[in-house]
Amino acid sequence: MKRPFEQAVTEHGTVVLRVCRAVLGVEEADDAWSETFLSALRAWPDLPDDADVRGWLITIAHRKAIDVARARARRAAPVDRLPERPAPQGERPDQALPDDALWSALAALPDKQRQCVAYHHVAGLPHTEVAAIVGGTPAAARRACADGIARLRLTYASNEVSSHV
Amino acid sequence: MSDNLIHALSSPTDSDTVGADVTVLHARLVESASATNSLDLTYRVVDSPVGRLLLAATEVGLTRIAFESEGHDAVLGSLATRIGPRILHDDKRFDEIARELDDYFDGHRHTFDIPVDLRLSRGFRLEVLRHLRDIPFGRTESYAQVAASAGNAKAVRAVGSACATNPIPIVVPCHRVVRSDGGLGGYLGGTAAKRLLLDIESAA
Repeated sequence: MKRPFEQAVTEHGTVVLRVCRAVLGVEEADDAWSETFLSALRAWPDLPDDADVRGWLITIAHRKAIDVARARARRAAPVDRLPERPAPQGERPDQALPDDALWSALAALPDKQRQCVAYHHVAGLPHTEVAAIVGGTPAAARRACADGIARLRLTYASNEVSSHV
Repeated sequence: MSDNLIHALSSPTDSDTVGADVTVLHARLVESASATNSLDLTYRVVDSPVGRLLLAATEVGLTRIAFESEGHDAVLGSLATRIGPRILHDDKRFDEIARELDDYFDGHRHTFDIPVDLRLSRGFRLEVLRHLRDIPFGRTESYAQVAASAGNAKAVRAVGSACATNPIPIVVPCHRVVRSDGGLGGYLGGTAAKRLLLDIESAA
């Protein structure tokens, strides 16, 4: 890419942070964001000029979020068996998020649904790109996204009425 | 109702707070990128009596000062091609440079101590720029004098183009080169800017 990297931060820095928060929770999102943009900066000169920068950044953020979640799992106190999945949210998942109830509900989704909702609805990527990031077919990504939204409607619906007039 | 949920996900009402958080993370990114030599350039824009100036620096030193009339975005785009696109905005890196420029415009500073990086210039033009740094504050030379000092007395026009393409105006004082008939000569930042710089230097 021949454009100054600063433009990528200006154009996509906010959405990448919201995606990191949606996937990891507020506490760990900062680390994932920092790792994402440092990696992206280093790889920037080799990125083709016609590349989809947002999709590329979200792809990196997806991998970094997995790294951060794994590091958290390693740090966790030893237990007899692994938890079914790591707690998706940080210690203060609601901080600075647009709608506490919505983001708490999002944090409670299974990983794949949460990722697909975040990459499609928060980042605005088409299902084909989401599928390329999370693995599987576009149809499966669309399904996971729809399932996630359906579940959000159940958990979030009662608050939605009062918080969104 | 469905629209409310999708809207809440995709159209943040938290843009201001997230934007502020990104600003903090950006500063952290600049630090870690500098510490790991991952940057080609950093830049900052400062106000000055000759308009807003774009300052760009490599690890080595100040490599570009651009007047507003050059189009700062266009200059950054050109620097990305010529030096490298790993470019981030960084105010702190330029605190000392900004202070020296302020002192200069106030008439208190006669020479610049900050390191410069002349990698954007080559050959005879580079020779000319090196010589320009030897013309003292408050003095002027003609294009012909500079040509002779740079080692080619006949290259008067080449001195003109070296000045016109000077990547670090003000700090590399091409404004101190004037016509031998007393005329001001051209200036990339406009003749009014050249006049202003010479007035500052003659008044101090």
